[in-house]
Amino acid sequence: MSEVTAGIRPGSRAHLVGLARDYGVYVALGLLVVVNLAITPNFLSVDNLRTQAVQVVPVLVVALGMALVIGTKGVDLSVGSVMALATAMLPMYLGYGPVVAVVICLAVGAAAGLLNGSLVAFIGVQPIVATLALLVGGRGLALVISGGQLREVRNPEIRELGAGSAFGVPYTVLVAVVLVVLVSLLVSRTTFGRQLVAVGGNPRAAEFAGLPVKRVLLGVYVLCAVLAAIAGVLATARLTASDPSRLGELIELSAITAVVVGGTPLSGGRVRVLGTVAGAVLMQLITATLIKNDVPASVAQMAQALIIVAAVLVQRERNAS
Amino acid sequence: MSTSQQTRSGALAGLVQRHGALGVLVLLLVVGGLAFDTFLTAYNLGNLAVQASFLAVIALGMTMVIVSGGIDLSVGSVYALSGVLAAYSARWGPIAALLVPLAVAAAIGLVQGLLVGRAKLAPFIVTLGGLLFARGLLQFLTAEGSETYLVPRESAFLQLGQGSVLGVGVPVLIVVLLYAVGGIVLQRTRFGMRLFAIGGGEDAANLMGLPVTSTKVGVYVLSATLAGLAGTMNAAQLGSGVTVIGVGLELNAIAAVVIGGTLLAGGMGSVSGTLAGVALLFVIQDLINQVGGFNSNLQAVVSGAVLITVVVLQTLLSRARR
Repeated sequence: MSEVTAGIRPGSRAHLVGLARDYGVYVALGLLVVVNLAITPNFLSVDNLRTQAVQVVPVLVVALGMALVIGTKGVDLSVGSVMALATAMLPMYLGYGPVVAVVICLAVGAAAGLLNGSLVAFIGVQPIVATLALLVGGRGLALVISGGQLREVRNPEIRELGAGSAFGVPYTVLVAVVLVVLVSLLVSRTTFGRQLVAVGGNPRAAEFAGLPVKRVLLGVYVLCAVLAAIAGVLATARLTASDPSRLGELIELSAITAVVVGGTPLSGGRVRVLGTVAGAVLMQLITATLIKNDVPASVAQMAQALIIVAAVLVQRERNAS
Repeated sequence: MSTSQQTRSGALAGLVQRHGALGVLVLLLVVGGLAFDTFLTAYNLGNLAVQASFLAVIALGMTMVIVSGGIDLSVGSVYALSGVLAAYSARWGPIAALLVPLAVAAAIGLVQGLLVGRAKLAPFIVTLGGLLFARGLLQFLTAEGSETYLVPRESAFLQLGQGSVLGVGVPVLIVVLLYAVGGIVLQRTRFGMRLFAIGGGEDAANLMGLPVTSTKVGVYVLSATLAGLAGTMNAAQLGSGVTVIGVGLELNAIAAVVIGGTLLAGGMGSVSGTLAGVALLFVIQDLINQVGGFNSNLQAVVSGAVLITVVVLQTLLSRARR
């Protein structure tokens, strides 16, 4: 990294740095897999791969939405609280059947996103503060709704969603894969996706070009919150319990890390969906590798901090050149 | 609308923006005093002031950072880390218990400041890294949170948190002193003027030849050191280094600063407003407690609602001023 940050850069080095930003996450992921094959026993066992995949799902789903928001030069700090709201609502409406309950959870997520989005798009509040309010208030509301208690989820369909699998792939992972494909298509193939990137690149220019900037912003925050609500439902299904006081705590940090490490710049105007997936998997594998090799969780956390800063340093070089 | 009317409504909007928190605070104090016998007592207010003092110290540094157009998300973790370091170092005497955490906090602030000021990284992401790193270091030092260090019972260090002079708690006195100095630094010194200039427009500050980099480094060192001091005071009050505190504290600090009329975009703000903002948060919390029967989680809901209301009002007000 020190080479990269050196003062004068010939064109070729700037090019290399650009490559490092765009493909570094895949290289790092590949290296990590090779290292793991060498040092971690049973790394390639089906059980381990399945465990890693299942564990990464909530962060990954939240990070997909976060990538969209960051693409518009925003950020959504409220995702963890939206997960808490979803998990608080789920057991209350399971009496009407699992489909109704899940739809209500997603509707609550959409409402949270509408609040965030309206504050950002119509009032012009900075995204950090707008979503901060819901981060503070949302979890409180979830605890008020649920009475602050952990509740077991006994519904067989929800339990099956969390524990079952098709062709050896857990349902939660399948849901995540479908969402990745959908978001990827949204960004690359739809008008909304193009508008989103344009708004993030230069909101004024987008406005002058006649794009519906406010509607796009609103839509992005709603999508992000709905994805967070889905993550909340999936995590609840896997835990077979609704725990609004802990679920999704600090997940906004993991999600932002995954997005940034995956090569989406914080300055907006670009969304890398596959990079985000790789970023989430990379961070999950780093933590898992360190812990499986008896490195304390605290050191793993410090390593995560250094990786975040390193990832942003690489991006800065690209922007400067 | 005539020009004079416009200026008048603009001035009014500015006044509400700057002193709105103080107005609401006074209103709540009066209402609370009339409604609850136990509210406006020296005992209750003194308790409240000591409880609020830790957030107040952190929010002072946050005000300066936000005025410069930045943000510091690491303060909650630095606060907790410093508390643990203070309790650990108390075995070497009160001076060590004070200086070790402050030095470590300042070092964290220095690294963050260099990354923001010199490497020009986004403050939000740098201090996010700082948040994780400081929390990780804390866990590492306490054997993954399983070990709690106690301050020796007879240590003079405890006075920093538990002592009182003429019936006023030492933490409260520290806050008064720091805010007096902080107000002078922000409004009357070159450093303070530079913070406003950088927050108002960094390119312009650069073109004017202001030392932007060193000012930014300075403000992040200041913010981290104040967070360290708050953690140290907290360890002195509790008599131990508690590992689980400070999670989400940065959000309360930002909320207090924003409620106090400091613009999150930078370039405008005051430390007196922040003090009113901190007091407002704690008075609201206490009033909810006084009402009783309410779930404590409701406090978070109310804080969030207050924050939204204030931010929306502020944005509309600053539009009206233009």
